[in-house]
Amino acid sequence: MKTKTFPHGIHPPEGKESTVEKKLEFLPPPEKVVIPMHQHFGNPAEPLVKKGEEVFLGQKIGEATSLFSASVHASVSGKVLSVDGHNHPLGKPVLSVTLANDGEDRVYPEWEETEHPFEFDPDQIRKKVKDAGVVGLGGAAFPTAVKITPPKDKPIDTVIINGCECEPILTADYRLMMEYPDEILKGAELVRIATGADRTLVGIEDNKKKAFDLLHQRAASYSAEVFLVKTKYPQGAEKNLIYALLGREVPRGGLPFDVGVVVQNVGTAKAVWDAVKTGKTLYERALTVSGDGVKEPKNLIARIGTPFQAVTDCCGGIGEDVNLVIMGGPMMGLSQWNLDVPVIKGTSGILAWSSPKPTTEFSCIRCGRCVEHCPMGLVPTQLMKYVKYEQLPEAENWGALDCVECGSCQYSCPAKIPLVHWIRLGKNQIMSQKRKKSA
Amino acid sequence: MSEKAFIIQSSPHFQDKDSVPKIMITVIIALLPAVAASVYFFRLRAIGLYISCLVACLLTEAIFLWIRKKPFQSLWDGSVVITGLLLAMTLPPTLSLELAIIGSVVAVAIGKQVFGGLGHNIFNPALVGRAFLQTAFPVAMTTWLPPVTLAVDAVTYATPLGNLKFQEAVVQGTLTPIRQLFWGNTGGCIGETSAIALLLGALLLITKKTIDWRIPAGILLALTAFTGVFWIAGPDKYASPAFHILAGGLLIGAFYMATDMVTSPIYSKAIWIYALGIGIMVGLVRLFGGFPEGVMYSILFMNTFVPLLNRTFKPRILGERRRTS
Repeated sequence: MKTKTFPHGIHPPEGKESTVEKKLEFLPPPEKVVIPMHQHFGNPAEPLVKKGEEVFLGQKIGEATSLFSASVHASVSGKVLSVDGHNHPLGKPVLSVTLANDGEDRVYPEWEETEHPFEFDPDQIRKKVKDAGVVGLGGAAFPTAVKITPPKDKPIDTVIINGCECEPILTADYRLMMEYPDEILKGAELVRIATGADRTLVGIEDNKKKAFDLLHQRAASYSAEVFLVKTKYPQGAEKNLIYALLGREVPRGGLPFDVGVVVQNVGTAKAVWDAVKTGKTLYERALTVSGDGVKEPKNLIARIGTPFQAVTDCCGGIGEDVNLVIMGGPMMGLSQWNLDVPVIKGTSGILAWSSPKPTTEFSCIRCGRCVEHCPMGLVPTQLMKYVKYEQLPEAENWGALDCVECGSCQYSCPAKIPLVHWIRLGKNQIMSQKRKKSA
Repeated sequence: MSEKAFIIQSSPHFQDKDSVPKIMITVIIALLPAVAASVYFFRLRAIGLYISCLVACLLTEAIFLWIRKKPFQSLWDGSVVITGLLLAMTLPPTLSLELAIIGSVVAVAIGKQVFGGLGHNIFNPALVGRAFLQTAFPVAMTTWLPPVTLAVDAVTYATPLGNLKFQEAVVQGTLTPIRQLFWGNTGGCIGETSAIALLLGALLLITKKTIDWRIPAGILLALTAFTGVFWIAGPDKYASPAFHILAGGLLIGAFYMATDMVTSPIYSKAIWIYALGIGIMVGLVRLFGGFPEGVMYSILFMNTFVPLLNRTFKPRILGERRRTS
């Protein structure tokens, strides 16, 4: 079979060797978890519990406040210690519920097991998914219930399950595919039913041949087709994967809905299955703990709210010389200034290493490598200059808002210019101007 | 809890190892075979030109950086060394060292620093220096010597292209043989004569992806097509495309000067237009212009259009509507 792909992109060192054969381990729940009310794209949830209250494992402790929001659940059973601001991996303190773990994992009694989940209608599936607080587990944490509710005027014909895991170092999605292939395919089938699509495609990068073989073999029973895609970054970026598999281009500023597609990460598909089949709420997720600074790299299933410190301690701790800790992958992850932040729904990995001193920045020599590698067809160097010299309308005109911040440009820049930083700054400024205008 | 604070930095946290100085050093290494060839063919005259150009270029750059209160970092990024080497390589062996120094000062000062240094210039700096010398000292810039390896007893000597233009070499049957052009055993600017040495370096640049292969490809294609048509129509009057490619400054221009990243376009369509434009211009000047050689002016001319080409042919953004209507 010919591997499908998209134009441009890069191929950074994969760095997956140290964890690729490490099975997912359940991280022992810590004594204390910190559960932020804001772990997803959209509005924060409203806390439902007060200090001193007892909660069950999986009980809803934060209610979604609007359509673009997701509810939040307890990841241990025990007592509410506090409801206040706490450090958050995204940088700003966020209202969080701190729970003391009683070590009993008493499961919330209202979970409902379903015998025949495939007989559910779309609304029933969506409600289950919404109640379980499922969000996209690829990293962006977009509320899944919204994503499987296509607008009436935009019929969906294809569901794409994203098993690319194109970020270097991360292997948690690969492990999920190897260890939970049926759950993923069943979850994919539920997504297909909810969106009314005709078919399901699974895209897996060709460096994960074993996962492809396994899913390909199982897929027959679930009306899903599994495809190998080329190992290239950012193959797993939504718009690029849609182009690779279907040759469709999501219009500028549009969503996959606009071309009849819904994309879900493999972890999300599994979470959808768990939510609909058993009523299990999203209180844990798979993540990779790796990087040269981690003594025993592992793949873990960790409770949401586990402090990074507890996660790294379980992996033998981090080296003395570690000066860079990242939540997510090396290409798009967020650097952390300490380990006192909790695992959230969007934590696909915790990476640590000692980073050399930043290299000196040179002038742009217009080599054009950023243009050659941009998967969106942008001109990063030009965008950088427009933002730097405060010409925001021009930056917008040249597609600043189309940037997905994948980092391919900056990776390949020989002048070591922080292109993503400049473009992100420009995007923020353009958006805040737009908000001011509309207000 | 750990009290230690880690670095906060913007993603991505991986970066390719290639850097501006590495690119520049690769170009310098690629130029070495041709430099060696020029020293072999022109001996002390070549060495003198290299030393004066390199020293003058580095000094001019240093003085400008000092005046502009800029870090001296860019002195060592290699770009100014390339300017010095390329300028020296495009000078005739007879040129006095004072003129070489004047050309170097103009190349770095007017060609590069007045625009704001590396990355901001519109024209190839070495060619700006050369164009200045060509205009200001036309006689000195067109007085040639045979290479020391050629047993010719002459004080002056015409270049293969000069022969073609002014001596009707095709009609007289005195056209420089291809073999001689290939090895470089002929008259001309010191660094441009040896095709084999230039191609050796070009191979390195293309395999390492330091230069965009489309630029030399486009230039060679256009020149071959242009001169080929006339050659087929009148082989008794016009020289073959092979002669045009190997003679004069075409190879050094196509592989080392037109490919200067700063002064060439950055997207596919614009690159092809730029490259084909240079090739056709060279053909026009050589066949119908007043000068025997047109590589320098063709590159400078197309450099002018680079900002316009970059604005006009920007790549299509994924999901942008194709212009159908």
